[in-house]
Amino acid sequence: MTKSSSNAERKAARGEPAAIIRDETVAAGEPWMATVATGQMLRIVDLEGNQAVDTLFYNANDTEERYSAVDTIRGQRGIYLTTGSALRSNLGATMLTIVEDTCGRHDTLGGACSAESNTVRYALDKRYMHSCRDNFLLALGHHDFGLGKRDLPSNINFFMNVPVTPKGGLEFADGISAPGRYVQLRAQMDVLVLISNCPQLNNPCNAYNPTPIQILIWAAG
Amino acid sequence: MTSSTPRSHSEDLWSETLKPGEHWSGILRRGTSLRITALEPRANVAALMYNYESLPERYNLADTLKAQHTAFLTVGCACYSDMGRILCSITADSCGWHDTICGLSDAAMVAAKFGASRFQEQRNDYFKNGRDSMLNELGKYGLGKRDLIANINFFSRVTADDAGALHFDEQHCHAGHYVELRFEMHTLLVLSTCPHPLDPDTQYHPRPVALRAWFSGPAPREDPCRQRCEENARGFRNTEMMFLA
Repeated sequence: MTKSSSNAERKAARGEPAAIIRDETVAAGEPWMATVATGQMLRIVDLEGNQAVDTLFYNANDTEERYSAVDTIRGQRGIYLTTGSALRSNLGATMLTIVEDTCGRHDTLGGACSAESNTVRYALDKRYMHSCRDNFLLALGHHDFGLGKRDLPSNINFFMNVPVTPKGGLEFADGISAPGRYVQLRAQMDVLVLISNCPQLNNPCNAYNPTPIQILIWAAG
Repeated sequence: MTSSTPRSHSEDLWSETLKPGEHWSGILRRGTSLRITALEPRANVAALMYNYESLPERYNLADTLKAQHTAFLTVGCACYSDMGRILCSITADSCGWHDTICGLSDAAMVAAKFGASRFQEQRNDYFKNGRDSMLNELGKYGLGKRDLIANINFFSRVTADDAGALHFDEQHCHAGHYVELRFEMHTLLVLSTCPHPLDPDTQYHPRPVALRAWFSGPAPREDPCRQRCEENARGFRNTEMMFLA
């Protein structure tokens, strides 16, 4: 994961603080993990537009506490995530809050793709295709947190558009994101961030063309 | 409602009544059907499901909704695990909508809504909450907080408007409403009858439900759940691969 000059230029153009702790580009289809300390900012940038970013959070000091989609939905009495959303844990605590969002809507019902769900959703011969769950499992497998498949609850899909109708219909729709749009979160506890930059090619969540994302972490002033 | 429903209670494997606020767990073998009946209006039954032969395989909210292009559960739906397989399918439903996106109540919520309550004063009528009820049952199988996954809330209807805001339907569940689950794999089922977390009732008022199990056999070749969509045909195929001798 290398810093590019274009990242620095974008950063300067946005007037971001100098004390950037991490500024990394994650290639399409790659996993990524990091720790964000209480009070720090995490920004995820959809560099080329319409890229689903499958994301989970764990309490870095007690990983049995982790992001919960249903606690988040219940807590805000709404299904979409945007500025002001409190991302809640399975124990009901606010882990992070979304403080800026230039995309406008993010999904937390669509979950992560997996080899097995691909066989159900598309065709049995799609099992070989790379998936977010494989990214999650590989990232967890390479770290020493003692986490595995039991620790993969329903995640957030930043920049993904999964509209639900009043009659209860649900579909994966074309994205509403665009190049350079970002979502910014403030950590309310020390969190372990687990990301899969989604490799799905069978639905419009990545506009059928997965692309890189940029991730920034800095200490809030 | 379907031919799988037994004509008389003499065919029952077992039946039980869950008291208001009670939590319960049990093993439902492949080919067993379970009818859950609301004995009073406005019942809620929170449910978690795990493959009893491999507990890391469990109900997956997202895969269930995505495969069937729905945001709720009703007759014809399959409840998917995270492994592209089906834990159970819904073979009958007189209620029409079961929530699976709103989660459980918790101790803080119950205390804030209904006031303090503990065993010492109220004995077994103390106010239960969904999360602690689930943790109670999960602990009996070596499971815990890591296994608090998104649940189903049978008998509860919560709709999302165009802005995504949720609306709880207070008139949805009537006394006598039932849902039938046909288990397609050996399943650990965990239930709580605590009120739905978004039920605006200002009184703590859980409701009793009846459980009734019988041997129905697994899904036949011609089956409305299997034939609901091509996705379900593949989900049943994946499931049946586990049981071919």
